Amino acid sequence: MTRKSLLAAFLAAAFATTAQAQTEIQWWHSMGGALGDKVNDLANKFNASQSAYKVVPSYKGSYPESMTAAIAAYRAGNAPHILQVFEVGTATMMAGKGAVVPVYKLMKDADEPFDPKAYIGPVSGYYSDSQGNMLSFPFNSSTVVFYINHDAYKKAGLDPAKPPKTWKEFNAAAEKLKAAGQQCVYTTGWPSWMHIENFSAWHNVPIGTKENGMAGMDTVFQVNSPLHVRHVAMLGDMAKKGLLTYAGRRNQAEAKFASGECAMLTSSTGAQANIRRTAKFGWSVNMIPYHDDVKGAPQNSIIGGASLWVMGGKTNNAYKGVARFFAFLSKPEVQMDWHVSTGYVPITKAAYDLTRKSGFYDKNPGADIAIKQLMNKPPTANSKGLRFGNFVQGREVIEEEMEAVIMGKKEAKPAMDEAVRRGNEILRKFQAANKG
Amino acid sequence: MEKRVIFRSAWLPYVLLLPQITITVMFFFWPAAQAVYYSFQLQDAFGMSSQFVWFENYLTLFRDSHYLSSFRVTAFFSVLVATSGILISLVLATMADSVVRGALAYKTFLIWPYAVAPAVAGVLWAFIFAPSIGIVTYFLKKFGIDWNWIINSEQAMLLVVVASVWKQISYNFLFFLAGLQSIPKSLLEAAAIDGAGPFRRFWTIVFPLLSPTTFFLLVMNIIYSFFDTFGVIDATTEGGPGDATKILVYKVYYDGVKAADLGGSSAQSVILMAIVITLTVIQFRYIERRVQY
Repeated sequence: MTRKSLLAAFLAAAFATTAQAQTEIQWWHSMGGALGDKVNDLANKFNASQSAYKVVPSYKGSYPESMTAAIAAYRAGNAPHILQVFEVGTATMMAGKGAVVPVYKLMKDADEPFDPKAYIGPVSGYYSDSQGNMLSFPFNSSTVVFYINHDAYKKAGLDPAKPPKTWKEFNAAAEKLKAAGQQCVYTTGWPSWMHIENFSAWHNVPIGTKENGMAGMDTVFQVNSPLHVRHVAMLGDMAKKGLLTYAGRRNQAEAKFASGECAMLTSSTGAQANIRRTAKFGWSVNMIPYHDDVKGAPQNSIIGGASLWVMGGKTNNAYKGVARFFAFLSKPEVQMDWHVSTGYVPITKAAYDLTRKSGFYDKNPGADIAIKQLMNKPPTANSKGLRFGNFVQGREVIEEEMEAVIMGKKEAKPAMDEAVRRGNEILRKFQAANKG
Repeated sequence: MEKRVIFRSAWLPYVLLLPQITITVMFFFWPAAQAVYYSFQLQDAFGMSSQFVWFENYLTLFRDSHYLSSFRVTAFFSVLVATSGILISLVLATMADSVVRGALAYKTFLIWPYAVAPAVAGVLWAFIFAPSIGIVTYFLKKFGIDWNWIINSEQAMLLVVVASVWKQISYNFLFFLAGLQSIPKSLLEAAAIDGAGPFRRFWTIVFPLLSPTTFFLLVMNIIYSFFDTFGVIDATTEGGPGDATKILVYKVYYDGVKAADLGGSSAQSVILMAIVITLTVIQFRYIERRVQY
């Protein structure tokens, strides 16, 4: 053996030990495609900024899939450190005491700066317990906005500079579009999120008792109120008149708008990137319509998207690394980069200010509609978010009943009564399973 | 007379059976037993606490009118899938059997879809019939038919039945073809000489002789439509619109995997298991007797 190769072997061994000294932090997420690249980019930047920890992101499928995978992994004793969970999974994660480490505690134990007040109200409220402690780390937030096709508006003799503000104006515009030969007038993504959850917040009416479930698990649904019934009946009516084309429970509607098939769309802010890329017509982002005879409307809309949860049963050293990573993610410039490149809303006030100063909103009109809508008024008990046990099933029940109305198989009142009855059974079961 | 092999050794037969038994126990009995166990439990998602709740999970299910309607949907769906799948492949097999030239090519093409995974079959049909971009949708529009299975329950059911049947035809076809080829040609020729036409020959000779195959396929197709069509449904309608295509196995998956309700989902699988056991027993005890082997 030559001296050179001995040296090489020695060096290799030395590197191997430093690699081992680096603590790996597993991060399971559901950001596919371009968003996934951005997640890897974030991890790489953090890894390059220090040498003690290495964040390893892995894509684990859709939101429900990665959550299921993490729950199964936790049961088997090898959960990831960080798990990205969508907003409807919040109650399930919160109830898993011991399975998760609250973020406020994690940051305090690691002496990392963490100020819940840095976040905009609808974001921090969504992920905090009743004492105001933030339990998960807000990551990607969106909300629903209202898109209109300018070319279709002009063809129907409507002024695209004056989009409908109320549902009354909306219906009038829809009739005109239909009369002008528009095949698909209006479609919507995420029917329950838009027409029940955000609808309730926007009109300052409860989705359920106990502050939409945030103040206790003994909550019951209230989505069969006269206002809800009236709104769902309106949707059924629009479908009957051919003004509403139903496209499915997720974001299938967005493609129908981007292709120019439908003239109006309510869906996630996240749709913007795709529309910008594919639309061959003028379009704009607007605030969602409201019923003008409801007192106090519009209030503020609520968020969707996901937050990062820290799973239990890991070493203190690893938790220190997670805390440092979160501190890195909290930096305004990182936040702004994420907001600008993905289309998610800026979740801290600092990031919003920074983006505004950078002139991004002047160049991309409408990119700030979402945050303006979220901060329209200070959130009330009805509009700071929701927390219903097993809302994956609950939302499905609501959507099944809405579909029955849109299909014309049920009247709005019995359908919403049924949604409440079925939804409450799910809530009671969740309460019984998590009382311990 | 049956042939019987006599083992002199007392333990050898058991040793020879052991690998098969191990696999059966590990992959069939053990999970089934676990499902029965979990169906009596109420657990939170992480398994931090669990309570023994007797039959509460089952009672909740039977109180739910939507669970009961899922039975109706499943029955309707599996009858449609099994009967149309068997009929179409019987016709195809009979025709392929009588083709003289290029028979191999026809047969290969007919068997082809069997290599396609159910989920892929679902995606394929979902594309062809997609509400805004589907090619069939486009032509239907010309005939004034508004095709949107996202919100039309009858069309949604039609779509999943078509996709499931298409996927299963090859399997049925293979068995029918093998059955047809084992029918002695002399029988058919004798009937032809006696002046029986093709239809008469089919009904009096071919069909009765195929009855063991048909019976076997009936059992297999029912089981297929109960379980394996899951992929087709997940890739297309996801049980919707409303609960129009939510068959039992899809609800088991949704509640257990997506909604993390292990107790409820396990109770449903136990019920599903009981249904399939009962169906199979009935089929073998009563229908099999009338089948001529």
